[in-house]
This record gives sequence, structure tokens and C-alpha cells, in this order.
Amino acid sequence: MALNPMHQFEVYKIGPEINIGGVNLSFTNASLFMVISAILILSLLFFGTKKKSLIPSKIQLITEMSYTFIGKMINDTAGSNAKAFFPFVFTLFMFVLFCNMVGMFPYSFTVTSQIIVTFMLASVIFVAVTIIGFIKHGIKYLEIFVPKGVPLVLLPIIVIIEIISYLSRPVSLSVRLFANMLAGHTMLKVFGGFVISLGILGGWLPLGFSVALTGLEILVAFLQAYVFAILTCIYLNDALNLHH
Amino acid sequence: MELEAAKMIGAGLAAIALAGAGVGIGIIFGNYLSGAMRNPSAAAKQFPNLLLGFALAEATGLFGLVVALIILFAF
Repeated sequence: MALNPMHQFEVYKIGPEINIGGVNLSFTNASLFMVISAILILSLLFFGTKKKSLIPSKIQLITEMSYTFIGKMINDTAGSNAKAFFPFVFTLFMFVLFCNMVGMFPYSFTVTSQIIVTFMLASVIFVAVTIIGFIKHGIKYLEIFVPKGVPLVLLPIIVIIEIISYLSRPVSLSVRLFANMLAGHTMLKVFGGFVISLGILGGWLPLGFSVALTGLEILVAFLQAYVFAILTCIYLNDALNLHH
Repeated sequence: MELEAAKMIGAGLAAIALAGAGVGIGIIFGNYLSGAMRNPSAAAKQFPNLLLGFALAEATGLFGLVVALIILFAF
């Protein structure tokens, strides 16, 4: 069972079973690692902003870097009137990043490799962006489905395509993150299995590959958190600045 | 044909999606390099766009993996 590469994604409950009104609310290993990531983020931000010195310590530097990184990203992609959504995007980015990074430790569990977690995050973004668009522009927000400068003959087809692409946003956003995490961790496990099965004579080559792939996975873990955050900014930009 | 065998063949066929992802990633990095060679001063500013394009292209290949997993485990 331990050699099955899908075994690492199994959710099992820790402690007693909690059942409230037919809904299973047991504390699972997924919840445990979500709590661990949240505690890590909170402690990073707490200790990073505790002693505010002009010449920053290392931990203060990391905190300031993540702050300016997200601030710059929002400013560049969604314009200056998206500043109000900084806490939302910052929380999303840090949560996804820390869940991915905590999952890179051996024997830990990757929360973002469960599609329900990423789909929940993506659908919150989708609903929020739609509501923001309607609050900001009223019924004129429906103009997002009508691109400018399209010939009148093509317009009915384009509008249908735009509606489909708008509605598929939460699916593509969640499946992208989930599939990257799932594929990466499965690949690591498969190469780890090669090391064992080839033994001490032939196992060195896949071992080297495993080390290189771990490096690639750390890059992908950061990259997917970045892509998740920047796509949120692009969607916010669509909702805030219609046709700009 | 037995159902189990058909599932295996279908899952294997779903892996063809990775060919498209490979072509896409190659185009992105190749075009970035040729652009960066022509105008090195603009290269650093476009690096985030490179990473974004890489991640978007890679994800389309991984949708094929999801199809394979659905064929293997969901049916």
C-alpha cells in the first residue's frame, strides 16, 4: 500500500468523529496541515512586524518583501483602485504558498492537492468578483461579455464564447492548482519508488533526478501561488475597470 | 474489449495532452529568449509574464492528467 503513489493524498481523520446534523466535521490530516500553515503565516507576520527597525532583520525583510511583492502585483495588474483588495489577495497568496510549501516536507500532506480545497478558494473568488462588478457598474457589468470592436455578424458567437469562458473561470483556476500539486507529488513518489526498486547499484540516477525534481517542485509551488494570485488580480481588474 | 483494458488505453491516450503543453512551453521560452537577446534591457521586466505564460501552458497539459485520473478512478 505504501508503494502506491496515490496513497499520500488520502484524507483520514485524527481524533474522534464529530457529526453535526449529518455533516461529518471530523478533524482530518488536511485540517491539521491547514492549521499548521495558518500558524506559520501568522507567526511570520507577528514576529516580522514585532521589532520594527530601520535596518530590517531577516524575518522582517521576508515580511516586507512579501508585502511589497503583492502590493506591486496588484498595482501593476489591477490598477490603483484595487488597493482595497490588498488584504484579500495577500491572504490568498500566503495561504496557497504556505500550503504548497508545507506539502514539500517529506511525510507531510499537501492541502492544495485536494480539489475541493482549491475549488472552494476559486469559487469564493468567482462569486466575490461577480458581486464586486455588479456593485461597481450595476447592470452595465454585463458589458464584460461584449468585447469592443467586434463585427456585428460575429457578436452572437463571441458573446456565447465569452459567457462560457467567464463561467469556466473557477474550474480552470482550481484545476490548475490542484493538478499541478497532484502531478508533482505523484511524480516525486514514482521516482522515489525507482530508487528503492533499482537498489544500491542502479538507484543513484533516479536519486539525482529526485533531488532535481524536488527543486522544480519548490519552484512550481511558488509559481502556482503566484499564478493563483495574479489571476485573481486580473479578474478583479476586469470587474473594477470595465474595458480598459 | 474488456472494460479494464479500454480504461488503460483511454488513460494512456489522455497523456497525449502533454505534447501540446511541451510545444507551448517551448514556444514561450524560445520567444522569451529571442526577445531578450534583441533587447536585453527589457528582459527583466517581462520575466513575470514569462513565468505566468509557463504556468498557464503547463496547466493545460495537466488537464490531460486530470482526464486520465477521471477515466482510471472515477468510472
